[in-house]
Amino acid sequence: MTNQELITYITAWNDDAQFSLPAETDSGIISAIDDLSGTIVNVEIPPTHLTEFMKRLQSDPELQFDYLFDMIGMDWGKELGILYYLKSTVLHHKIVVRIKIEDRENPEVDTMENIWKAAHLQEREIFDLFGIRFKGHSNLKRIFLRKDFKGYPLRKDYEDDYMIIRK
Amino acid sequence: MSEQVITHSDIKFQEYFLNMGPQHPATHGVLRLILTLDGEEVVGIEPDLGYIHRGIEKMCEYDTYRQIIHLTDRFDYLSSHMNNEAVCLAVEKALEVEVTDRIKVIRTMMDELTRIASHLLWWGVMGMDVGALTTFMYAFRDREMINEIMEKTTGARLTMSYNIPGGVMFDLHKDFQKDVKNLIAHMRKVLPEYDRLLTGNVIFQRRMKGIGTLSKEDAVNYGATGPVARASGISCDTRKHEPYSAYNRVKFNEVIETAGDNLARYQVRMQEMYESLDILEQLVDNIPEGDYQVAMRNLIKLPKGEFYQSVETARGEFGVFIVSDGKKNPYRVHFRSPGFNNLNALLKAGLGGKIADLVATMSTFDFVIPDIDR
Repeated sequence: MTNQELITYITAWNDDAQFSLPAETDSGIISAIDDLSGTIVNVEIPPTHLTEFMKRLQSDPELQFDYLFDMIGMDWGKELGILYYLKSTVLHHKIVVRIKIEDRENPEVDTMENIWKAAHLQEREIFDLFGIRFKGHSNLKRIFLRKDFKGYPLRKDYEDDYMIIRK
Repeated sequence: MSEQVITHSDIKFQEYFLNMGPQHPATHGVLRLILTLDGEEVVGIEPDLGYIHRGIEKMCEYDTYRQIIHLTDRFDYLSSHMNNEAVCLAVEKALEVEVTDRIKVIRTMMDELTRIASHLLWWGVMGMDVGALTTFMYAFRDREMINEIMEKTTGARLTMSYNIPGGVMFDLHKDFQKDVKNLIAHMRKVLPEYDRLLTGNVIFQRRMKGIGTLSKEDAVNYGATGPVARASGISCDTRKHEPYSAYNRVKFNEVIETAGDNLARYQVRMQEMYESLDILEQLVDNIPEGDYQVAMRNLIKLPKGEFYQSVETARGEFGVFIVSDGKKNPYRVHFRSPGFNNLNALLKAGLGGKIADLVATMSTFDFVIPDIDR
């Protein structure tokens, strides 16, 4: 599918009343990430709808997003977030699904491990560096840093007196 | 005296744990795998990572775009040229800079030289992992030729940092074409020799065939890329699907095997070396004249936005994600490393085999640990 077809196809799901995708003007369907083959379709959805939305992306015969290529943790200052970069190895199109998590103290989203096993290590990395917990993950613990490490270093408000020199 | 019959249900079975690494010779660095064993069969693998985690993604947030390139060498040091290129392409794309044909061809040729060097090192070390010590000597002898070509042009043998935004650091050395032609002729002679030495060996075949099988569905689901995924029958070569630099002007085949076992992964890499030689052969006499650098400002500031670029390294698809807020430092940089995702696939492929099989399987996955830990 081309980008325009993807947008039309996914926007039509709004009518099913199963999901409520945010309005297009707000922070809904946008194309922001530049790629060599043009821009990639971006969809932002509320974290509460994440699992059903992803399941549908993966199982819909028109879409067949069978490959979780990348998971990117983000800290936008006010809220944390995750970008899911999906590809289809059959139909060769791609999409980026992004979620924003307002709660910085106790951020939690559903795990994608049951849909794509590729999420297993990726989620552990995001938990380690951003402190986002994944509900239902089979083995959620720190992956790179030591067990007693305090804080989550890739957050923007992370303080370290001697390793990071702030100007 | 009555004879006691011991039935299967009387024996108490117990799973036990075994530490593989962090300094196991076959892990090629400091990777620790905690194995759960049932007898000699591996029933669970848990990686313990972070021995060389340097927090490069955080470091990038305090560096300029020219400095970041030097950090990317240190991921997968055997594909350092491709890693550099990914960042350079992302920066050039963000600034909408079009580089000259000469730069594109130089980059592509260096990519392929790096790929052959990486696969040669893999072949040598892999032979050693399964007990054939000679392969190491053969591979390092031939890899030296590539290192010398690199050294003449870039001044470095391993972490080259040859790419800069808007071109390459130096022009090609005057011997470059002659040396590459020598290399192609030499490699075409020795690659069949490699086959005679190792590929056909019965002991080697027994260690490879049907071991560590990764089905196509699993390879997709566990997120494998590169030769590992192509050995399971997935077409995923970025050079084919989204050609960058000069890959759209050369003819080459994407090597795909379907068996998904160790031997398939082995064959994919062996065939890829031939394909790389083909690419080099097509380009070596057709290096266009032109500038090797495009004028760019010394302090690069990217426009606001998000930029993604992926390239095909020797191990799979390497992605760079840059979020810029218009300053001289990026707001966030994320690196999608092929090793980290292929490790996830090893956790599946290694199950059900013996410990010795896991050693062979790990070799065919071709890990570079700094690429996993970042």
